[in-house]
Amino acid sequence: MAVEVRIPTILRPYTGGEKLVTAEGTTLAEVIADLDAHHPGLSERLIDDSGLRRFVNVYLNDEDVRFLDGLATGIADQDSITILPAVAGG
Amino acid sequence: MRFDSLLDSVGHTPLVGLPRLSPSPDVRLWAKLEDRNPTGSVKDRAALAMVEAAEKQGLLHPGSTLLEPTSGNTGISLAMVAKQRGYNLVCVMPENTSAERTQLLRMWGAEIIYSPAAGGSNEAVRVAKHIHEQNPEWVMLYQYGNPANAQAHYDSTGPELLADLPTITHFVAGLGTTGTLMGVGRFFREHKPDVAIVAAEPRYGELVYGLRNLDEGFIPELYDESMLTTRFSVGPLDALKRTRELLEKEGIFAGISTGAILHAALGIAAKAEKEGRKADIAFIVCDGGWKYLSTGAYEGTLEEAESALEGQLWA
Repeated sequence: MAVEVRIPTILRPYTGGEKLVTAEGTTLAEVIADLDAHHPGLSERLIDDSGLRRFVNVYLNDEDVRFLDGLATGIADQDSITILPAVAGG
Repeated sequence: MRFDSLLDSVGHTPLVGLPRLSPSPDVRLWAKLEDRNPTGSVKDRAALAMVEAAEKQGLLHPGSTLLEPTSGNTGISLAMVAKQRGYNLVCVMPENTSAERTQLLRMWGAEIIYSPAAGGSNEAVRVAKHIHEQNPEWVMLYQYGNPANAQAHYDSTGPELLADLPTITHFVAGLGTTGTLMGVGRFFREHKPDVAIVAAEPRYGELVYGLRNLDEGFIPELYDESMLTTRFSVGPLDALKRTRELLEKEGIFAGISTGAILHAALGIAAKAEKEGRKADIAFIVCDGGWKYLSTGAYEGTLEEAESALEGQLWA
């Protein structure tokens, strides 16, 4: 399953400046592991022992994965994943 | 309807059906017109409630100065309330907000301190906290962490929705301070727990996410994830498209954040329709479109409007 992953500015040093990268996996955890295999260090910025880091939001087709199955969320071909830091609104 | 003063008229907003945008008579959309509040936005509810709570706690006296980080609407509401009550207001606002916001704030007598565009509201919060340290006598109501913000919606928005739409199945609102969703969410959890509480979060251009490191991220103190059923991120193109559809099909002239909320509401409606379930989906119209005319949101092609919004805090 190849999916497109949007990388926020702050994490682009890990992707050689690329905004959009592709990764493989059938779950979000697998996709992140695959990202890390090609862009070492990225995984550690996204997850810790308890799951997604506090200020990291990950969206699968625009829906927050925390309300799906978190790292176990299933990923299908053609899905799109967006990673964003948590920032203030209002 | 008669009220003793403008402040007494906050809330009690109309809930109107959207016959053309609703997919079918079984799956209906309802717009709560919060632009009908005194300063034209949903924030009047929170602003009034936060000031009244501070007054009850004895924190405010004639001539007191309020300090608040705000991307606009809360500041405008607070400026109006402060002026009525005899307080001063200093707003810390990101410089990349619409020109109308500055004019409105000044009109109601607020002083504005701009925070850098990079970092958006995060930066405004940081700057306001710093200013507060230097001026500890000023009162920072702090909309992101003030329980009176959510309480306003628990006390008014939620009950109004249930009274007007007893068959409500979904509530959709924007996620900024999280006050609307937390307050209405808690109300429905206690009074009609099967109502789904859905957040639509605006996804801005990259400049707004210009943190120096991830640890500078921000989650409002009011936010309680367990209050939400789900949460969607909506980009500017979808928000603009829906803002224009709302105007064209239903005649409602709303601001751009409302378009983002409508986008999420329409997604839920389409899903319910497909699954053959009945649904009554209420969503918040945060404000009217007046304050966004200068952004070009309502003119030209969607792509032109989107590029004009790049780097702006449009919600």
